[in-house]
Amino acid sequence: MSAVVFDHVSRHFGAVRAVDGVSLAIEEGEFFAMLGPSGSGKTTCLRLIAGFERPTGGDIRIFGEQVADLPPYKRHVNTVFQDYALFPHLNVRDNVAYGLMIAGQGKKQRHKAADEALEMVRLGGYGARKPSELSGGQRQRVALARALVNKPRVLLLDEPLGALDLKLREQMQEELKGLQRQLGITFVFVTHDQGEALSMADRVAVFNDGKIIQVGAPEDIYFRPDVPFVADFVGSSNVLPADLVARLTGQSRPAAIRPERLKLAETGPLSAQVIGLSFLGLTTRVSFQAEGTRLTALLPQDAPRPAKGDTVALTWAEDDLHLMRAGA
Amino acid sequence: MLSDRAPLSLKIAAAAGLLFLHLPILLIFAYAFTTEEKSFAWPPPGLTLKWFAVTWNRPDVWEALSLSVKVASISTVIAMFLGTLCAAAVSRTRFFGRETVSLLVILPIALPGVVTGIALRSAFSIADIPFSTWTIILGHATFCVVIVYNNAVARFRRTSGSLIEASMDLGANMFQTLRHVILPNIATALVVGGMLAFALSFDEVIVTTFTAGQQQTLPIWMLEELVRPRERPVTNVVAMVVVLVTMLPILGAYYLTRGTDQVAGQGK
Amino acid sequence: MAQTDASLVQSRNEGLGARLSDTLWRRPSLLLFLLLLPPVLWLGIIYLGSLFALLLQSFFSIDHFTGMINYEFTLRTYAELFTPANFDIILRTVLMAACTTVASAIIAFPIAFYAARYAKGRWRAVFYLGIMMPLWSSYLVKIYAWKLILAKEGILTWALEGLHLNWLLDAYLSLPVVGGNSLSVSVTGTFIVFVYVWMPFMILPIQAALERVPTSMLEASGDLGARPGQTFRHVLFPLALPGVVAGSIFTFSLTLGDYIIPQIIGTSRLFIGQAVYQHQGIAGNIPLAAAFAVVPIVIMGFYLWGAKRMGAFDAL
Repeated sequence: MSAVVFDHVSRHFGAVRAVDGVSLAIEEGEFFAMLGPSGSGKTTCLRLIAGFERPTGGDIRIFGEQVADLPPYKRHVNTVFQDYALFPHLNVRDNVAYGLMIAGQGKKQRHKAADEALEMVRLGGYGARKPSELSGGQRQRVALARALVNKPRVLLLDEPLGALDLKLREQMQEELKGLQRQLGITFVFVTHDQGEALSMADRVAVFNDGKIIQVGAPEDIYFRPDVPFVADFVGSSNVLPADLVARLTGQSRPAAIRPERLKLAETGPLSAQVIGLSFLGLTTRVSFQAEGTRLTALLPQDAPRPAKGDTVALTWAEDDLHLMRAGA
Repeated sequence: MLSDRAPLSLKIAAAAGLLFLHLPILLIFAYAFTTEEKSFAWPPPGLTLKWFAVTWNRPDVWEALSLSVKVASISTVIAMFLGTLCAAAVSRTRFFGRETVSLLVILPIALPGVVTGIALRSAFSIADIPFSTWTIILGHATFCVVIVYNNAVARFRRTSGSLIEASMDLGANMFQTLRHVILPNIATALVVGGMLAFALSFDEVIVTTFTAGQQQTLPIWMLEELVRPRERPVTNVVAMVVVLVTMLPILGAYYLTRGTDQVAGQGK
Repeated sequence: MAQTDASLVQSRNEGLGARLSDTLWRRPSLLLFLLLLPPVLWLGIIYLGSLFALLLQSFFSIDHFTGMINYEFTLRTYAELFTPANFDIILRTVLMAACTTVASAIIAFPIAFYAARYAKGRWRAVFYLGIMMPLWSSYLVKIYAWKLILAKEGILTWALEGLHLNWLLDAYLSLPVVGGNSLSVSVTGTFIVFVYVWMPFMILPIQAALERVPTSMLEASGDLGARPGQTFRHVLFPLALPGVVAGSIFTFSLTLGDYIIPQIIGTSRLFIGQAVYQHQGIAGNIPLAAAFAVVPIVIMGFYLWGAKRMGAFDAL
């Protein structure tokens, strides 16, 4: 059974269509990412699952049950908020035990469960502190423990790593992935960071303008984008316009090619002028202007490097040129 | 760039301004002990404590005081209820007419007290409502709402909206959320608002003269003494006590909002 | 982790509160309505209703022979405001409010400036309480204190005698208009007390406006070559101006409607507030009192409109 199903769900705020006819099925036990630029509707979708928003149209089902009339406190779904939303007047243990207290558990029992949950996120012994005494990373773990202690069937994470610095973020990515495997709960998380979505999720839904543009495994999204928007947003792929592709292949459709798959050659199908180089460590990024289109290539450090202003030929393996649908 | 040390002229001007504000109030303390009965002579010809005893035994002072406390208490409770509801509505949601509602709350202190006073009096006379303690309370509660409202709105604004969502997400319904999350987070703001509302009501005289009929609150009693003095030393003692008593709420408000950027009592 | 699907739907046999909570979640506009209902009813009926009653009264007139109110719509009462005697009252009050506002701004600015930019640590608390205590001190006690100071036998006369400067006071009191028998029965006395009582309301908005100016902006000005005086004139003062205007709303409005200060300390010449009080009380001319009360409303309407255009409301 699917954990969460959206059937033509819309959420309009006046004239603004934050979510516009989204259909989607998230499977049980899946690590599902909603990826998109800000304002694309991904967070609203998450809030629709949690129950903070109500759809203006369509159906939402959680484990088969219609939830349109179910308030957040009656859904077996818990959320890790972007700003963590820890209760400032409660200490860490009482924060984590909050859901259990509301459910009517005795003090001893819920404190024990809270301490175990804190243990799980490696914050054992922090129970008596106030949230204001914790670092950002620690607060994030408390928020996680506070949600997980209720044993939700779906865990929602709203930009959970957004406020953390790079090193902590990478560490938390692995921890989250590990927790999800260990607990087997369905995770749905919202992010605008394509790297985060691709590295953590089993499947990714790419949002734009309130609609889902493409759903698929990370490799599909990365290597086989359906439309130019996905190619551009997810992988910063080169997008070749339809008329150029028509001349190169005979098919009048836009196409994507990964920067690392573009090669410099003596002769090739496309001639391009080098307009910039930047050193990235393992690779060098070279920008080209080719027939009115801007392209980038990532050249390995040992490859011969052109100079700015050179005119070179570009080539690629036939498989690497990925044809897409026109449109968004 | 302005230097970190204040120029001397600024120091003098600021100090002079503060002295101007405080010296007259301190003077009240000296007069409470004077032996002079008929005039405002300075320096006091002698010092005595006897007027404290005289004041203590004056039933009219006690009656005025107890009416003031009663009016201020009931007005504060009403204002806390109305002000908190209004603040919750205005800060949690955006709705058509939101600006109008905030204006409506602020209006009773934005307009001069004499306007509020005569307006209420006209309404009482048109509706044929006789003056009583309740007509005083009606007026006081109306202009005290804004004090509670201001404090509560400021606190709601600084309280993250996701706290309420988090509580509901963790299984608490709206009333449980109110009890376990909202009230604990706005409690100090409400207490501060309540104390300041009490102080405002306790001291109010302009509106009260229009809504009180024959009853005397403490400020009305004092006004009577200022216009038609009977026993000046008693007035001196009452004045000193009033100063001391009104210090309590403001000190309490300061203590409770210490360390936050909120300035309690703004917009009295 | 596995739970039966039945547990998703919690027991429907729950209390009234829980059911009400569900309803409110489903209909947020009902929640908003319930929150707003009591305050809007209270303020709408009691306050707006009263203002409306006031407005209504001002369009009635009084029969000067019988002293009865004539309940017919007329503008005659408003016309009475423009008789020389009444118009004088209005002019005098507006002039006093303007003078009080200017003087308050001058005295308040250094205090606010020091409190906002220089007071640190313990001094911050001293300034905070130093401003709040007088602001919240009893209004009547403050007036009473000045009665003690300005009285003929009071502390001011004593102090000037000690300095052998009482000839100065006498010379001042012999001046027309501003002078009088003693300061406590002169326009000057009224003015001093107005400034004293309402000036604290000017400090807080100015302080708030000054505190909102980021230090980096002042450093930028200095960095671009401005001397401290220039930074003050070209950067700090313009940014503090909305605060001054916001504070002036209080000092102006409060002076405009006050009738107790001029009654206790001042001459027998009336201010608007006194006119309202006397016409509704002793004279029983409620329509004229109402018409007088409308004057500050109209003046403050224009004042607020102007202040809003200067961005003063952001400084409140």
